[in-house]
Amino acid sequence: MKVALFIPCFMDAFFPNVGVATLELLERLGCEVDYPFDQTCCGQPMGNSGCEKEAAATEKLFVKNFSGYDYIVSPSGSCVHHVRDHLTATEQTAETSAVRSNTYELVEFIHDVLKVREFPWAEFPHKVGLHNSCGTLRALRTAKMSEINEPFFSKPLTLLQGVKGIEFITPDRPDECCGFGGTFCVSEGPVSAKMGIDKVCDHKRNGADYIVSADSSCLMHQKGCSDRMGLGLKFIHIAQILNGARA
Amino acid sequence: MKRVDHVGFSEKFIADEKHIKFHDKRLWDLRSSRDVEVHGIPEWEELRRLASGIKEHTLTHLADYLEQFERNATANGVVVHWAKDAEEHNRIVHEILSARNATVLVKSKSMLTEECEMRPYLEERGIAVVETDLGEQIQQLDDQLPSHIVVPAVHKLATDVAKTFSKTMGTDPNESRIPVLCEAQRQRTRPLILNAHAGMTGCNFAVAETGGITVCTNEGNADLSANVPSLHIASIGIEKLIPKLEHLGVFIRMLSRNALGSPITQYTSHFRGPRKGGEMHFILVDNGRSERLGMEDFWYSLKCIRCGACMNTCPVYRRSSGLSYGGVYSGPIGAIINPTFDLKKYSSLPFASTMNGSCTNVCPVKINIHEQIYKWRQIIAEKNELPFIKKESMKIAGKVLANPKLYRAAIKAADAAVAKLPRVVLYNPLNEWGKKREVPEAPKETFHEWYAKRKKK
Repeated sequence: MKVALFIPCFMDAFFPNVGVATLELLERLGCEVDYPFDQTCCGQPMGNSGCEKEAAATEKLFVKNFSGYDYIVSPSGSCVHHVRDHLTATEQTAETSAVRSNTYELVEFIHDVLKVREFPWAEFPHKVGLHNSCGTLRALRTAKMSEINEPFFSKPLTLLQGVKGIEFITPDRPDECCGFGGTFCVSEGPVSAKMGIDKVCDHKRNGADYIVSADSSCLMHQKGCSDRMGLGLKFIHIAQILNGARA
Repeated sequence: MKRVDHVGFSEKFIADEKHIKFHDKRLWDLRSSRDVEVHGIPEWEELRRLASGIKEHTLTHLADYLEQFERNATANGVVVHWAKDAEEHNRIVHEILSARNATVLVKSKSMLTEECEMRPYLEERGIAVVETDLGEQIQQLDDQLPSHIVVPAVHKLATDVAKTFSKTMGTDPNESRIPVLCEAQRQRTRPLILNAHAGMTGCNFAVAETGGITVCTNEGNADLSANVPSLHIASIGIEKLIPKLEHLGVFIRMLSRNALGSPITQYTSHFRGPRKGGEMHFILVDNGRSERLGMEDFWYSLKCIRCGACMNTCPVYRRSSGLSYGGVYSGPIGAIINPTFDLKKYSSLPFASTMNGSCTNVCPVKINIHEQIYKWRQIIAEKNELPFIKKESMKIAGKVLANPKLYRAAIKAADAAVAKLPRVVLYNPLNEWGKKREVPEAPKETFHEWYAKRKKK
C-alpha cells in the first residue's frame, strides 16, 4: 500500500514531532510511506478567506505533489476537510478528483482503511480530555455530534481505547468549537481567544491533565490560551499517543 | 454604508465579564434544553427532512401558492395587500391606519417589521407604536435592534432592565426582581392595548389552502394585539407560505422545541378572517426575497422559520451578542441573510464564524448555513470587499505557498522569529494572536529538515 504523507505548513514549522510520530506510526502499521518533498500547503488559508483566485496555484501544486498515490494521509482534520470538500479553486481534472477522494485524515485512515484497533506498544497513564476538532467531527464525521440524535460512535475514542492506562475525562461541552478557525484566530482575535479560554478551562475544571486531538491547529490555539493563563495543561496529538509516547 | 465592526463590538462585549457569562450560559442552556426535547423525538431527523422538503417545494412553486393564499384569504373577508419592498409595506400600513384615524398601534414581535424599519416610519407620521412583547419592548425603550430572533433582549441582565424601566416607567432602578419588572411592564402595557386603535402581528406560517395565518408566541400579547382592537394588520414575508394545514403538524412540532426546548409555544393562534364589524389586513412583503430566490447558492436561506437555534448554538454569537452583527438578523442566519441587503455593510459577518458547522446541524429546515457562509466569503472577495490587510496577505500567501522554495524560506523565517525575537517585540500590539495567547515554541528543525536527514542515512 503506497501512502503519501501530507504534513501541513504549520505542522512543518511548529509541530515536526507530530509529523515524525505519524510517519513512524504508519510504518509500524505496515504502510510504505512517501513524503513528497515539494509539498507546501493545501490552500485552506486562502480558500477559507474566500480567495479562490489566490488559492488556485497552491491547490494545483498540491494535486501535482500528491497524484498517483493509493492514499494520501494527513494528521490534520481541517486540511483534509479542505482537500476533500473545498479544493475547488484548481481545475477539477481526473487527477484532482482522485487526489481529493484519496485523501484521509490519520484517525479515519487507521480506523476505516487499516482497521487497526490494538496498539500494544502504546501506554498513556494520564487523565485525558479528547478534543474533536470541528473539521473531523462535523465535516469528516469521525464521531457522533451532540446536535444530532444518532447512535454513539467515535473513531478517535475507539483507537485510544487500544492504549493502555489512558483515562478519559468529559468536559461540560465536549464538542463546542475551541475558536481556532484558521484565519479567524487573528481576524476575530477577541472571540477566538475567549472561546479558547473557555475550552481549556472546561477541560481543566473536569480534571484533565492532557488535551488530545487529531488537529494540531486547535491544540496550538488551546495551548496558547492555557499557557498564558498558567493552567498547566499539556497538549498532545493523537498520533503521538498511538505511536507510544508516554508523556 | 460603513462595514459593521463585529470585532470591535465583540471585544467590548467580552470585556464585560458579567454580561458575557450570563449571555453564553443562557443561550447554551437553550441549546441544551433543545437537545433534550429534540432527542426525545425518535423521528426528529425525518421531521427535518419533511420540513425542508415542504419549504423547498413551496419556494419553487411560490407564485402559485401566493395566489392561492390571496384567493382564499380574500374569500375569508381579509384584505390582502402586496408590498414589493419595505417602503411600500410601511406606506400601506400608514394608509390603512390614517384612513381610519388610528394613531395608536399595538404590535407583537415581528422580525419583518424590524426589517422594514416600520416603527420610525410610523412615528415620524404621528402614530404611536407600542411593542407588547416584553423583550421587544425593552429593546424599543432602549432604542436598540433585537439582539436575537426569539429572545430579543437576551444580552441584558435584569439589572439593566431595571435601569431602563426606571428611566421610562419611573420604577425603582434598584429593583431587579424579574416578577416585579414583568408586572411593571404589564401594568404599563395593558392600558395601551385596551385603548389602541389597531393591532399588528407578524406571521409564522401562512397556509395557502385555507388563506389563514398562524402566530406562535409565549406571552399572549399577539392575541391581545390582534383581538382587542377591531383592526388587525399582519405583516407576512412571502417565504412564510406553506401549502396545507396538515403541514403545520410538522412545523409546529419543531418550532418551539428547536427554539427554546419547550414542546410548543404557550399560544399557537390561527387567524382566518375578521370578526364581525372588524377588519383584517394581510400584507405580503417581498423586500428582496424574490431576488434571493433567484440566487443559486443562497435561496435555501428562505426556508428559515426563525427559530433562532443557529444563534443559540453558535459559539461566536454567544460570545459577541446579536448587536455585534449590526443588522436586524444576527448570528449565523444573519451572516447569510444580511449580505443580500447590503454586501459592503455586512461583509464582515461571514467572517465572524469558525465554520464549525453546528448551526447547520441544528437547523430544523436543513439550511446549509455554514456552507453558505463559505460561499459568501468567496463573493465578498470577488467583489473586492475584503479588508485591505486580509486581501494583501492572502495574495502574498497564495504566491509563497505555491512555490516550494519561497515556502521553505518562509517556514524558516517563522521559526526564527519565534525562536529569536525578544518577547517584547514578538508580543507587539500588531500580533493579534499574542494578546491573549502564547505563541508556539520553535522546534530545532522543521519536519522537512528532519525527513531530509533521515532519508540520507
